[in-house]
Amino acid sequence: MNHLSTYLIISALLFSLGLLGILQRRSLIGMLISVELLLNAANLNFMAFNCFLAPDPATGQIIALFVMGLAAAEVAIGLSIILALFRKMHSVNIELAQHLRG
Amino acid sequence: MQTLDFLTQTAFCAVIGLTVLGAMIAVFPHNILYNVLGLALALSGIAGLYLFLGSFFIALMQLLIYVGAICIAIVFGIMLSRPLHQEVPKRAVPKVALGATACTMFFVAAVTVALKTDWRPSPGRGEDLSLWSVQRIGELLLTRYELVYEVISLVLLVAIIGAVVTAGFSRRLP
Repeated sequence: MNHLSTYLIISALLFSLGLLGILQRRSLIGMLISVELLLNAANLNFMAFNCFLAPDPATGQIIALFVMGLAAAEVAIGLSIILALFRKMHSVNIELAQHLRG
Repeated sequence: MQTLDFLTQTAFCAVIGLTVLGAMIAVFPHNILYNVLGLALALSGIAGLYLFLGSFFIALMQLLIYVGAICIAIVFGIMLSRPLHQEVPKRAVPKVALGATACTMFFVAAVTVALKTDWRPSPGRGEDLSLWSVQRIGELLLTRYELVYEVISLVLLVAIIGAVVTAGFSRRLP
């Protein structure tokens, strides 16, 4: 049960669910949640390869830590953009944000 | 010994079930608050998976950063904006079908690659899995990966300043 492929399949499932969320949600916050799922799927892959295949068992964990730091930065920026858009359009619907369409 | 094995297997399956259930709740319901709660569930499940992968440290960090900080930040974002699920009509069926097809194709491709590839441990790998420690991670962060570490802290600083500026300046707009 505790094989490499189990973790890979779980991570592929998480990634597809996140991709589905990004493709079909229209709420900016929903898309942010889906992006978190994608990052976690990638992180799970890093940790699985680190545990089963990598030469140095500390490298994958360090990369996972870096991904977590980047995810925190991404959420901070995303939430501030959501706040700014909400103040401008009074909605978090992504389809209303098309001023740059030309 | 057999009972212990059985317990471990049951716990592993439970953690996988929690993760997948949480991810489904995070994507499918229309109420955004359910999505955040599902995300927290899925992230806790992934922390459990990290425990099974033998890294207590990363599991703790996952609980601390993702469940403790990011989910709460998203809840604050929901609190400061209006929920969308009251105002939007249903999306057209062909678009949903196309999205679902793309995701299914990606899932099948990824699972095929994961199952067909002959994964081999790298040659320099020692048999001892307990070689790593928090001390070793700290040493690597301050020697081999020091540049990345510094750049990450710079990115975090710039992101926080940018967040403050973006959210603060938008208040003065009409």
